[in-house]
Amino acid sequence: MASLDRVKVLVLGDSGVGKSSLVHLLCQNQVLGNPSWTVGCSVDVRVHDYKEGTPEEKTYYIELWDVGGSVGSASSVKSTRAVFYNSVNGIILVHDLTNKKSSQNLYRWSLEALNRDLVPTGVLVTNGDYDREQFADNQIPLLVIGTKLDQIHETKRHEVLTRTAFLAEDFNAEEINLVIEKRYFLREGNQIPGFPDRKRFGGGTLKSLHYD
Amino acid sequence: MSFLIDSSIMITSQILFFGFGWLFFMRQLFKDYEVRQYVVQVIFSVTFAFSCTMFELIIFEILKVLNSSSRYFHWKMNLCVILLILVFMVPFYIGYFIVSNIRLWILSIEQLISRVGVIGVTLMALLSGFGAVNCPYTYMSYFLRNVTDADILALERRLLQTMDMIISKKKRMAMTRRTMFQKGEVHNKPSGFWGMIKSVTTSAPGSENLTLIQQEVDALEELSRQLFLETADLYATKERIEYSKTFKGKYFNFLGYFFSIYCVWKIFMATINIVFDRVGKTDPVTRGIEITVNYLGIQFDVKFWSQHISFILVGIIIVTSIRGLLITLTKFFYAISSSKSSNVIVLLLAQIMGMYFVSSVLLIRMSMPLEYRTIITEVLGELQFNFYHRWFDVIFLVSALSSILFLYLAHKQAPEKHMAP
Repeated sequence: MASLDRVKVLVLGDSGVGKSSLVHLLCQNQVLGNPSWTVGCSVDVRVHDYKEGTPEEKTYYIELWDVGGSVGSASSVKSTRAVFYNSVNGIILVHDLTNKKSSQNLYRWSLEALNRDLVPTGVLVTNGDYDREQFADNQIPLLVIGTKLDQIHETKRHEVLTRTAFLAEDFNAEEINLVIEKRYFLREGNQIPGFPDRKRFGGGTLKSLHYD
Repeated sequence: MSFLIDSSIMITSQILFFGFGWLFFMRQLFKDYEVRQYVVQVIFSVTFAFSCTMFELIIFEILKVLNSSSRYFHWKMNLCVILLILVFMVPFYIGYFIVSNIRLWILSIEQLISRVGVIGVTLMALLSGFGAVNCPYTYMSYFLRNVTDADILALERRLLQTMDMIISKKKRMAMTRRTMFQKGEVHNKPSGFWGMIKSVTTSAPGSENLTLIQQEVDALEELSRQLFLETADLYATKERIEYSKTFKGKYFNFLGYFFSIYCVWKIFMATINIVFDRVGKTDPVTRGIEITVNYLGIQFDVKFWSQHISFILVGIIIVTSIRGLLITLTKFFYAISSSKSSNVIVLLLAQIMGMYFVSSVLLIRMSMPLEYRTIITEVLGELQFNFYHRWFDVIFLVSALSSILFLYLAHKQAPEKHMAP
């Protein structure tokens, strides 16, 4: 396949939120049996038919780059990670719905990834101050995914989902919360060019899978 | 009918074993003590009896004595009883007897302190030994390998190339899987015994290809991890080089030289202490005062100054050890904890910290003048303090020497890695 068909998507988030499981799920259509700590970056590829069924149908390889580590890593690790952030087409931010810290850290993750592109001199932002302005002119589409919804008690779910809705709005991103069984939630947000049918992207494979 | 006969045989043998255990307990184990609590004897004999019955059942299995169904029944019963005893009864009675001996608890504080003390002192000596060697190694820039930007760029390029190779292989795999799926050859994972046999005899050519590529991908992924870690290492070294050019860095470099002299002296003293089998009798404060008074002829109020100086010295030791410990604990905790294991790790660290401090108290005694040692000696009782110092010296020496060896090997090995194409 020609290199023009290359689509690179970063999957970022704290340790243990489920990035590797998510990537495995999307690419292999199977649940990851033995998740282990990701060192460096692990890549997986999904074949996606863009605009399937229409005359403009085209097959893309979506590369999901699952970058491991934490926002508080040593600056040497951050500099090494920065090499993966080149020419990115989209960013998936993953957070754990049972862990508030992981949602707060998403700001710092996105700053780390985006600033790499915005400031090509390679200077990394060291303070994690969140500034909405920085996302205003962001051209790279963001998707926020919350995992482990099934581990939250029924009564608390509404409160958690409202909180995450604010989060998604702040990023100007689209949001998916992964659950087991048949339903999943989808919040309105930015239209992501290149990923038209979100339902198609995630729906069929999420149906009857347990996610822990 | 046969079941009854078999059971009676088993029960007879169990009674025999019980009796044997009872006699053994009375004649051998407790021959110098008086048996006041018969419960203990009963439990001991019962455990012995059921354990022997298990061996007996094995012998019966081999010799094919008794009916197989009754053997099975007795096996199950035996296992149940033994597990009950081992998991519930014996621990319960251990707890019961310990609690009822609380009066004697105070006297055995000594024993506990000595156990905690040994472990703590070992730990302290290991950490000190390693610290004594690692500290100068880290501070002094003499040991820093030269890292240029070109090196880092070259490694990064290799890393990205490896990632690209992984991606192209995965693309092939995904495409192959998709065509296989569309052609109807569903590549199922072999499930169960028959599945495995089938997959050995009839395997589609597509799936063979896949496993080959998968193996290549696994190797490449391992390589990418290695390259990532090496690059991070190079970045860290580069930062250290830059830091060493600043004022703070130069200051620490200077300190490093002094520190290394101090560490060499400590190692030397530890060797002397062991070889000549002596333990320092006087503390540094009194000795210092002696030297100044006797050799340098400076007269001053010994009592007044000795109290203040010991306070300062002991204070410095305490503050630096606490600070050092907390910093090391934090670093360690960040490095190894994850959201799941954090509770266990914090508790482990609390345990280590407690033992470290108890043994610090033991050893600090040596740094204080005699009049301040009394309270520690009183509280801790009849401990062999000299033993702890000797033990500390030995472990310190061993730890320092092995750290030197380890760091030497690591230092030698690292530059060779980067020279490989």
